[in-house]
Amino acid sequence: MNAATAPAAPSATLDTAPTGPRLVAAGPWTVNHAGRLDRTLDGLVGRLVADGRAVVVALDRLTALDTAGAWLLHRTQRRLAEQGVSCRLEGLSPPRARLVAKIESACAQASLPPAPRTNWLVEQLAVCGRATLDALDEVVELLAFFGALAATLVATLVRPWRLRATAFSAHVMRTGLEALPIVGLMSFLIGVVLAFQGASQLRQFGAELFTIDLLALSILREIGVLMTAIIVAGRSGSAFTAQIGTMVVNEEVDALRTLGLDPMEVLVVPRVLALMVSLPLLAVFADFMGLLGGGLLTILVLDLPLGQVVDQLQRSTDGTQFWAGLVKAPVFAFVIAMVGCRNGLRVEGDAASVGRLTTQAVVSGIFLVILLDAGFSIAFNALGI
Amino acid sequence: MPSESEPAIALEGVVNAFGRHVVHDRLDLAVRRGEILGLVGGSGSGKSVLLRTIVGLRAPEAGTVRVLGTDVYGVGVRTRRALQARWGVLFQDGALFSSLTVRENIQLPMRERLELSQPLMDQLAAVRLTLVGLPLDAADKLPSELSGGMRKRAGLARALALDPEILLLDEPTAGLDPIGAAGFDELILALHDALGLTVVMITHDVDSLVRITDRIAVLLNKRCRVATLSELRRADDPWVQDYFNGPRGRAALADHAPTPAGE
Repeated sequence: MNAATAPAAPSATLDTAPTGPRLVAAGPWTVNHAGRLDRTLDGLVGRLVADGRAVVVALDRLTALDTAGAWLLHRTQRRLAEQGVSCRLEGLSPPRARLVAKIESACAQASLPPAPRTNWLVEQLAVCGRATLDALDEVVELLAFFGALAATLVATLVRPWRLRATAFSAHVMRTGLEALPIVGLMSFLIGVVLAFQGASQLRQFGAELFTIDLLALSILREIGVLMTAIIVAGRSGSAFTAQIGTMVVNEEVDALRTLGLDPMEVLVVPRVLALMVSLPLLAVFADFMGLLGGGLLTILVLDLPLGQVVDQLQRSTDGTQFWAGLVKAPVFAFVIAMVGCRNGLRVEGDAASVGRLTTQAVVSGIFLVILLDAGFSIAFNALGI
Repeated sequence: MPSESEPAIALEGVVNAFGRHVVHDRLDLAVRRGEILGLVGGSGSGKSVLLRTIVGLRAPEAGTVRVLGTDVYGVGVRTRRALQARWGVLFQDGALFSSLTVRENIQLPMRERLELSQPLMDQLAAVRLTLVGLPLDAADKLPSELSGGMRKRAGLARALALDPEILLLDEPTAGLDPIGAAGFDELILALHDALGLTVVMITHDVDSLVRITDRIAVLLNKRCRVATLSELRRADDPWVQDYFNGPRGRAALADHAPTPAGE
């Protein structure tokens, strides 16, 4: 049956007898040799059509025939018939005849149109256009989800006993408590890096002491909360999408709906509120760890006494810097949780979309956080804070 | 060159175990060339594990697996690769590659292994599609756009891409409605007839067993017992009795099979 075990190569040869042309098929006519047979037969059909007389195809020397071979036979026969040349198959064993008959009956129409192919440039333009429309759609959909979420949130605040306390506290633990080590470590290291870079630049002007001002301002206002939000988007925003998306795939969300429960209330609200609690707390922790890291470096590298560092820190900043940073945290939390949950609910059917939407949740979450941060900067600047 | 009388698939003394949990204990099985063999067994009896062992996805702890005369786990990569072109596997939900269209799914094995021109591959894909009873306009759809039954048919078309000699099917009719299931049975019978395939199918569908299988392998007590349907009906094992002479089994048998002698 197979090329590996068949002795000879397949062949199709034309034998022009005075009685009329004979096409002699021999060897294994299988899919493994279909490429060569295809080319040979293409050439032979042209010669047979030119000859114009009825053709006999002698098949008694075939050693194997599979669907590919049968298709090639049938195709040759059909092409000849289209040119008005009749063609008769001879010497088929009964099982092979059945196979050819099966292919003939199945493939009365069979010929797949070539795969749709378009101009490369047009294709790229279409991709670009589609992406633009999708992005616009997404903005509209996100706004719609924001509205629905806001309505449910208000309803929950009016009737606080409707909040799922267990789910809420579990999410605070998972998104807040369990994120402490990574957030702390990263903020500490960023504090160290900032202080190091700041000190080495400011030393040129003999203003090493102002490294502490630089640290306080940048960490409290921006970096502490921004870095925390980015970590949380990667850690918890993606987790929300994956959790809810898996529930959608398992039809758990549909089950909730049929039980008269609103997924928005049961799944989304506890997550959003939990993140709005844990992200600000994490941001405070990040501020502390960042200042700790930077402060330690100034003490060790710049040889400043602890008292002077604390003194300078107090002189350089007041509560405003701290609050100007922290006030952004719940807003970031809301956006991250909202995007995460919405992408989870957007999952449709297959598991592949869970992965895609999870990635997207992280990217959109971080993008929106940075966009909002820019908005806050402009607003604070205008307000003179 | 293997002789025609040699079994298509021969398992000898196969032991499969997960940790200390033994699934198959010195299991023997011989599948004859050109037959349709049904593989049945209770949940957890290791039907799918056995199938995976046959196609080289799970090396057994002990024993040999020979397919078409070749020891699946005892040969080099090259021989095994040649062997892999000679069987087609249909997984439960088709296992179509989700990022490729149906056409690309069917053409992938041809593209990887053979040098065929694109028009010929398109023609062969069309032949496969019509053989499994899919409309040609399904060719450029993605698997996610197909119904469950169509995905199975497309999976079968891919399994047939290289004209295999052995077809292994994992629950081909599970999840199909009775019309779809009966259609699938007919399809496998027709392909078996026309292409002379050896077919091994795992199934829970007693109707399929009765209609299309020549023999049935029952996985029982970590071993495998192969017999014809009427022999199994007379077997005295309680599980086999429940399976074939329970209410569903009897209904299926009453519909199709000539009643075994003595009833």
